[in-house]
Amino acid sequence: MNSFSYTRVDTVASAVREIAADSAARLIAGGTNLIDLMKENVERPSRLIDIARLALKELQPGADGGLRLGALVTNTEVAYNDEVENRYPLLSTAILSGASPQLRNMATVGGNLLQRTRCCYFYDLATPCNKREPGAGCSAMAGFNRAHAILGTSAHCIATHPSDMCVALAALGAVVSVSGPGGERSIPFAELHRLPGDAPHIETTLRADEIITGIDLPRKGFRAHHSYIKVRDRASYAFALVSVAAALEMDGDIVKEARVALGGVAPKPWRDPMAEALLKGRSATRDNFHRAAEAMLRDAKGFGHNNFKIELAKNTIVRALSQAVAGEAHS
Amino acid sequence: MNDSPNKDNAEKVTGALPARIEISLKINGVMKRMEVEPWTTLLDLLRDRLDLTGTKKGCDHGQCGACTVLVNGKRINSCLTLAVMQDGAEVTTIEGLAEGEVLHPMQEAFIEHDAFQCGYCTPGQICSAVGLIAEGRAETLDDVRELMSGNICRCGAFPNIVAAIRHVTASNEGGGKR
Repeated sequence: MNSFSYTRVDTVASAVREIAADSAARLIAGGTNLIDLMKENVERPSRLIDIARLALKELQPGADGGLRLGALVTNTEVAYNDEVENRYPLLSTAILSGASPQLRNMATVGGNLLQRTRCCYFYDLATPCNKREPGAGCSAMAGFNRAHAILGTSAHCIATHPSDMCVALAALGAVVSVSGPGGERSIPFAELHRLPGDAPHIETTLRADEIITGIDLPRKGFRAHHSYIKVRDRASYAFALVSVAAALEMDGDIVKEARVALGGVAPKPWRDPMAEALLKGRSATRDNFHRAAEAMLRDAKGFGHNNFKIELAKNTIVRALSQAVAGEAHS
Repeated sequence: MNDSPNKDNAEKVTGALPARIEISLKINGVMKRMEVEPWTTLLDLLRDRLDLTGTKKGCDHGQCGACTVLVNGKRINSCLTLAVMQDGAEVTTIEGLAEGEVLHPMQEAFIEHDAFQCGYCTPGQICSAVGLIAEGRAETLDDVRELMSGNICRCGAFPNIVAAIRHVTASNEGGGKR
């Protein structure tokens, strides 16, 4: 690790002031991703601004019957919270499928949103990476890309977003609150993460001087019909090759509303309103699920080692939807 | 590198380094005050400054669990947190689990079930298992396996590790549950 200085802040306003004044500084909360990247010399901040003691640690009733998660609530606290388990079991299941208990005890929900890709070339300083060094080139494109994205990629980057929690938040339609020099604003979840385009180093629509303060879960939690399936190389403690969060509202055998979010296949948690619309108002049959899955992967593109993900994603979507209908949360 | 820096240069370099920061930690029940560089991880502080070498450095990237300690009662990877970030915290390491000559029940169970071979991962396994019991979520053997997945044993002593932990959770029935 390089040397750096350290500042601890007590208020959101002072955190915003510090980060706005120092572009070489980074905010740190749980530290599970940032410290690792600093040890790898991928991140080399000259200063850390410790926000872990800000008063953003509450889970409390949100607007319109929803639930608000403070940005500094740990992943464990969210996953094991009674209200989250009862009303948003999809979120609990997704969080508990990621990382290890130790990491979940440290990692905050705000940090989870901003974690960086685990693309092996992003971590490997000896190989070019457009995310690390804009314009350098992408080593994954023609490299070992088994874990890489099949949707939303560009000619400059095919890295995936690694979070499980974010896949559930995308399906639930969460809203992210941020604070900056100009005050507060809300970002709908689908608009938080960016596709790589020609600037893969810019991963979110968050401004450099803004700090995430909380996440609002809407009232609807899809308790009765949800499923999170994570397909990975080992049964626990591995990143997703493909993950699917499915959330349905049923009226008898008819799908009233469908949400499908994918993880492990795109640079951001992936939703597709067109594919979801194919499910709405139709019966919950495998044929209809297949049709939606085909639609969701219609633009998928493999890069060699990861071609298998296209079929795997389709099959996992069908299975997640079937399980959601049956009220089986996960496999 | 060949020339030893003259005194002025040495002072300049030292002056450019960010200041050490004074922190206090309660480690295994004892209050400690010390100055640390911002980049010192909790793991390095424990091992290199405080000679608490029971906590092990395995991967140093939060993947193996050998560095697991309890901070304010919760298990964490001490390699992925900075000592300054834990200012004011209570830290329990493997050295702090026994009470005098009386081993912690988890330590007893690991011996009873022969839950290690080389022993390098064992302090992390035991601290992690103590954290797991406090969380109260491991009701089945599969739960234990899943909730211990952050601790890797290169010798493959997993069956006996799971048996040792199950032994303690079973004898805690009703006591360690949520």
